[in-house]
Amino acid sequence: MSEPSALSPQPSALGSYLRVVGALALKDLRLESRRRETVAGVLVFVLLVLGLFQFALDFERAEARRLVPGVLWITLLFAGLLALGRAFAAERDQGTLDGLLLAPIDRSALYLAKVLATVVMMSAVEAVALPVFAGVFDAPLLAPGVLLTVFLGTLGFAAAGTLFAALAAQTRARDVLLPLLLLPLLVPLLIGAARATDDLLAGAATPVSAPWWELLAGLCALFLGASVLLFDALLEE
Amino acid sequence: MTGATANPLAKLRGRELAAEGAAAVPRPAPSVVEARGLVKFYGATAALRGCDLRLDAGERLALVGPNGAGKTTLLKLLATLVRPSAGRLMLLGVDALRQPAAVRGRLGVVAHDTYLYRDLTAAENLKLYGRLYGVDRLDERVAAGLATIGLGGLGGRRVGTLSRGQQQRLALARALLHEPALLLLDEPDTGLDEAGQGLLAAIVRERAPAVVLATHALERALALADRVAILSGGRIAYSAPTADLTLADLRATYRGVASADA
Amino acid sequence: MSSILTREPIAAPAGRDARRFSAGFGKQDRVLNVLFVLTVVAMLAALYAIFVYAPTERVMGHVQRIFYVHVSLAWLSYLAFLVVFVASIVYLWRRDERWDAAARASAEIGVVFTTLFIISGSLWGRPVWGTWWTWDARLTTTAILWFIYVAYLMLRAYVPDMPRAARYAAVLGIVGFVDVPIIHMSVVWWRTLHPEPTVARLDSSPLLPPEMLATLVVASVAFGLLYVTLMIVRVRLERARDEVRYLQQALSLRGE
Repeated sequence: MSEPSALSPQPSALGSYLRVVGALALKDLRLESRRRETVAGVLVFVLLVLGLFQFALDFERAEARRLVPGVLWITLLFAGLLALGRAFAAERDQGTLDGLLLAPIDRSALYLAKVLATVVMMSAVEAVALPVFAGVFDAPLLAPGVLLTVFLGTLGFAAAGTLFAALAAQTRARDVLLPLLLLPLLVPLLIGAARATDDLLAGAATPVSAPWWELLAGLCALFLGASVLLFDALLEE
Repeated sequence: MTGATANPLAKLRGRELAAEGAAAVPRPAPSVVEARGLVKFYGATAALRGCDLRLDAGERLALVGPNGAGKTTLLKLLATLVRPSAGRLMLLGVDALRQPAAVRGRLGVVAHDTYLYRDLTAAENLKLYGRLYGVDRLDERVAAGLATIGLGGLGGRRVGTLSRGQQQRLALARALLHEPALLLLDEPDTGLDEAGQGLLAAIVRERAPAVVLATHALERALALADRVAILSGGRIAYSAPTADLTLADLRATYRGVASADA
Repeated sequence: MSSILTREPIAAPAGRDARRFSAGFGKQDRVLNVLFVLTVVAMLAALYAIFVYAPTERVMGHVQRIFYVHVSLAWLSYLAFLVVFVASIVYLWRRDERWDAAARASAEIGVVFTTLFIISGSLWGRPVWGTWWTWDARLTTTAILWFIYVAYLMLRAYVPDMPRAARYAAVLGIVGFVDVPIIHMSVVWWRTLHPEPTVARLDSSPLLPPEMLATLVVASVAFGLLYVTLMIVRVRLERARDEVRYLQQALSLRGE
């Protein structure tokens, strides 16, 4: 078989892998910028849930401070579930997933690209939601410590969520299955993120009561690592 | 299998034919496709019940068969999209079951789905896949690809705004961008007008080193391919070179095979 | 044409040679019978140990005796899920459906044990602390575990198609178990922030009187034997199901 002339020489395996991840992530972000479904919808959802919490819990200014971390993180969790639901469902519906599976790429690159795109989209939502929450609750949610916590939490969520979203997208009742699979596994993430936010809002520069940031970082590493290894098994038919 | 035999159905199943043919005519190795005993279950139902297939470089094979015969499943297996439940598959000299990723870069696939993103432009779609396939001099090739399929000026149009026929052509261009060694086409005529079909014929005849083409239309099968195989009930029931067949022959055989398995 | 059951698969995503599994007559049954008898004997011994042999605890009285069952169930739950983890890994590596059968079986038994653990914890907590539920570190961690493995079972229910279901479940089985230590850490740290009444702390009572320790051992062994017996029965049932599927596939291969 003669050497295929169309293919470029592969200078470095890692380089080309990252290029593939980049191309796929850019594709998702480009699609989002054209369709504008996910970010806008999730953002409105976040603001709506904020209102719902206020109506349901009916907290006053004094209590608000104590409840902010919980309200924030539960809201972000459910918003994230919505965003994840779109990630693979759209590919499946449009029939483009097979096109990606046919390509000579490592399937973990597809996973990482989706994680990256999800993190970017969630961050776009958080960029608007956090200031709103900060204003409504009169809480310093834009402090660097809080932003770091939100980033770590989002990354961990996306890492675990993308794996299970890929799984759920191939089953019936995918909307029910995704939260069932994901939420128990994310309990440590919720605990770490909410408690860290709590400490930070109380005025500390870093979380004091436990090494929550390390926990969050550890979770991110765990989920990313496990998913990169296991993702292929989810997509083979 | 020569056309002289009165009743091709007297020959048992496809694999016996293939084995016979293989024994009779010495072929150069390695082949492009070598499949033995491909079986695919979905749950407890067998979509493919044991297919043998052999394709050499430069050969064009047409798969015909009624709906549900397993054409799409077989093509998906050859594309390494789906793993067989049993059997072996060698593609381009590589064990496609152990190392599917090694061979994917040399396959071009046109399927029922176009694999095109509706909200990306034609050029963006091609560039994306070009990057995934590691295509060199990408911009150049994308432009050339668009020109070949007659969408030269439409690179900037979103795929969703293109007609079905144009999308199908773009799907062809996508499949050819990385100059594959094996083209797998599932009903590639879908949506194509006269000109499009001519384009497809030209591509099948000239651009691809080896082709497996699934189609309903027996005329197209005869026109485009060197060999035709009738797939029925998950098995290859009949296989013959097209040079020896007339359309009437093929129709009769097809009807016979299809009713035998009904 | 040879049947798929006897054909040597070269790429074998399906389980190997289902015929090697026996439906349970002859030699296999002896093992099961012996185990069954041993389990019954051990359970009776445990009952005796718990109610007669073990001394009554000073503070909590007879209610404390549930501790032996409660803690045994905890260990066995973790063991069951460890088995799910290992079986899942081996299944993904070897694609042999027998390992998946083991994972399925152990997950189910594990969920049952975990449910009983939670209920026994609740029953214990009520007379001692006055509440049906306390967010004690171990109870909470195990409750989360319960959710993970119930999700495992639901996943299998939502995806009836084998071997897809096996692969998906294996991924969950692996990720779920690896998450366990982290869940435990986070819950323990969380509980140190706002301590709640603890239901059972083997670690906090550093020296159990030898009689209590002996009782605990007997109870654990009894439940361990129960687990093994249930596993064998369950795995056989799962393999019988698999065998039905293989036979249906063989029939489908021969033609309709």
